[in-house]
Amino acid sequence: MSDIADRVKKIVVEHLSVDEDKVVEGASFIDDLGADSLDTVELVMAFEEEFGIEIPDDAAETIQSFGDAVKFITEAA
Amino acid sequence: MFDLKGKNALVTGASGGIGGEIARALHAQGAQVALSGTRVEPLEKLAAELGEGAFVTPCNLSDVDAVKALPGQASEAMGGLDILVNNAGITRDNIFMRMSDEEWQSVIDVNLTSTMHLMKAVMRPMMKSRWGRIINITSIVGVTGNAGQVNYAASKAGMIGMTKSYAQEIASRGITANCVAPGFIETAMTAELPENVQTGILASIPQGRMGTAGEIAAAVAFLASNEASYVTGQTLHVNGGMAMI
Repeated sequence: MSDIADRVKKIVVEHLSVDEDKVVEGASFIDDLGADSLDTVELVMAFEEEFGIEIPDDAAETIQSFGDAVKFITEAA
Repeated sequence: MFDLKGKNALVTGASGGIGGEIARALHAQGAQVALSGTRVEPLEKLAAELGEGAFVTPCNLSDVDAVKALPGQASEAMGGLDILVNNAGITRDNIFMRMSDEEWQSVIDVNLTSTMHLMKAVMRPMMKSRWGRIINITSIVGVTGNAGQVNYAASKAGMIGMTKSYAQEIASRGITANCVAPGFIETAMTAELPENVQTGILASIPQGRMGTAGEIAAAVAFLASNEASYVTGQTLHVNGGMAMI
């Protein structure tokens, strides 16, 4: 697994207090990992900080799953 | 009780009577304060009076870009932003039959929309630190209504509904949002009212007197404190019993 995916997974695990093995490619933050809508905003904030990137609101809305986040950050970083 | 040491507060309308007292009260409890307003001179005078931990961050609240930039400026000056007091407000009174679109819009823009922008801009740092206090100064007329103040009353009622909804969204993050609703308070504005009007007002207040800016500031200091952590989405009426709601 790439370095980016590892770092994203660490943030998701810490923020949502979920088991690491649940954070799989297609895992939806809200449907599978128990996030509420504010959690998804906070995850995006944490990604921005970790990777030193800016994620505009319209892009943030497309980041619904672990896989979405890794894909977006890989392309942006 | 109500110790605010280590907290940083932004107070809008700090050049006015009530805003100035709010800044004094928060500063007296140990908070650093960023004083905002359109008139720089009274802000600098107040900052000089307060001394260490007081900063001047002027802002014209009818300028949306300036409003959005204000929390960042205040945070930079103080090294953080934990408490936001939306106190600034304007009136453009007129009977509704004669109220112009401009009179309506300017009051909504300054009182309601600028408050919304400031509340939005502080969310991110407050969510990150898992602590925050939003205190919006509304008015008794936002609840009771007042002839000649359709625009002002609408803006103040709007603040109350906005605060309640915001408080619900953000409650799980250690951030509270409340309103303080002053009744008739001794300020430069009320001092100018004709004596017969003042007498009429006093007759409608069970305590038989106007309130002081310090009595509003004390309510704000309470809501800003750790001790008020379980109070959110509320409107604290400070009006000498004029309306019990």
